[in-house]
Amino acid sequence: MNIAVRDTDTVAPPAGLRFEGAPFFLPEAKSAPLPAPAAREAAAPSGAAFTFKGVRKAFGPKTVLHGLDLHVPAGQFVAVIGKSGCGKSTLLRLLTGLDAPTAGTLEIASTERRADITRVMFQEPRLLPWARVAANVAVGLSHMRDRREKHAAALSLLAQVGLSDRAGEWPAVLSGGQRQRVALARALASRPRILALDEPLGALDALTRIEMQMLLERIWLKQGFTAVLVTHDVAEAVALADRVVLIEDGAIALDVEVPLPRPRRRGSPELARLEGIILEQLLGAPA
Amino acid sequence: MSAPLRRTVEGGAGWVLPVLLLVGWEAAARLGEIPPTILPAPSDVAAALWKLTVSGDIFKHIGVSAWRALVGFAIGGAIGFALGLANGISGISRAASDTTLQMVRNIPHLALIPLVILWFGIDEEAKLFLVALGVFFPIYINTLHGIRTVDPQLIEMGRIYGMSRLELFARVILPGALPSIFVGLRYALGIMWLTLIVAETISASSGLGYMAMQAREFLLIDVVVLSILIYALLGKLADSAARLLERAFLTWHPAFQPQ
Repeated sequence: MNIAVRDTDTVAPPAGLRFEGAPFFLPEAKSAPLPAPAAREAAAPSGAAFTFKGVRKAFGPKTVLHGLDLHVPAGQFVAVIGKSGCGKSTLLRLLTGLDAPTAGTLEIASTERRADITRVMFQEPRLLPWARVAANVAVGLSHMRDRREKHAAALSLLAQVGLSDRAGEWPAVLSGGQRQRVALARALASRPRILALDEPLGALDALTRIEMQMLLERIWLKQGFTAVLVTHDVAEAVALADRVVLIEDGAIALDVEVPLPRPRRRGSPELARLEGIILEQLLGAPA
Repeated sequence: MSAPLRRTVEGGAGWVLPVLLLVGWEAAARLGEIPPTILPAPSDVAAALWKLTVSGDIFKHIGVSAWRALVGFAIGGAIGFALGLANGISGISRAASDTTLQMVRNIPHLALIPLVILWFGIDEEAKLFLVALGVFFPIYINTLHGIRTVDPQLIEMGRIYGMSRLELFARVILPGALPSIFVGLRYALGIMWLTLIVAETISASSGLGYMAMQAREFLLIDVVVLSILIYALLGKLADSAARLLERAFLTWHPAFQPQ
């Protein structure tokens, strides 16, 4: 009886546990066409599509983006990579409305105000040092009025990022990875339809980084928002994204799909092959 | 040695030198090494304190001095704080007034005493004016500096998260400026007593400074020393109060985290 129950567990693991255990044998993972279609479809309506049409952005005499065209469908996880100064952060600032394009248009397929549906996560956590962790998360809950309701919502968001026991702490006592998780909880608080990630894991150590990548992937699969991850780490891009866009000199130089099933096993040959192709383009010579 | 015992010993170690000094002073005065016209023995100062306590004079003088200090501080501090806020937030306000204020700041406020006596006589207004003027600048400069140095990334974050201007001020800018404002507060408290001592010593008909000057006329050196000690005590008291406030308002600050 016991054995039978355990057997069914291994055949059909509960959805929430899917990413705790990475697949050990590649063939099976490869044969699955799309790993979590049910989760993706159920959450799909919460993402918003957006389109850059001939977007140019100049700061004074310096043109950062030269006529950028990019369409991202709802719910896609797109990684934007490029050398420093290539305009990838500018792209995010335009997307989130922090800057306006000099020429061209940016369309977001939503009737709501852009400020309400886009959220951004920065390289720095940008937490208020004088507010407790839960209060920092509540900054993202400006749509709620009731104080107690806000606090309860903040606690459940913290639980999502695995920090429910730190709700009453000051940010100063948290580690870098924990602070970034609080920032993620804050960004997710208003259920954004587009989440812009500006190298949010860049300052973390390698192990914390992989943990955060897995957390990010899990939450994205559950909520289905459109994710735009700016990163300089090609391995991170191919491990997380559906699609990798390489920007060079303010224009798109490479746009590749990453049709690998999830969860992706770090260090698999497919990821390495894709990473090689992108690095080759990025460095202008065989890597 | 157990930890509490070590703490007691370490805490007590700081008191060894003052006690030795006091005992040495008393002994030197009693043996005639220090003539009583230069410095009275500590026991004489204590006797003077007792006498003035019994007659109630000391409370009257301390009360008058404390009132002047607090009212002057409230006036100067409030104006400095308001202008610091205004100039920290609004570029127009800063452009209009900051240069002028920085020029006025370079006038030592105690140099105005002759002018102030001409304007206000030796009444209360003269002292309040001087204390307010002295307190104004540290509060103004540190409030302005605190607001101008709030992390711009946090302000951008607040904007992205849809904070209104008022929310942004109350939740990001003011708390961010608070450590610097407290520096200004403690500095201003020091200036407050200093100004008051000078003003009361030069022209007054009540207060601690007046008590000291009158005692000098009658060669009551014990009372002079007493009033100096009371000034020191009041200054220490004000600083401790400021530190308590700081501790209460800046619990989030890494400098105030329990280890």
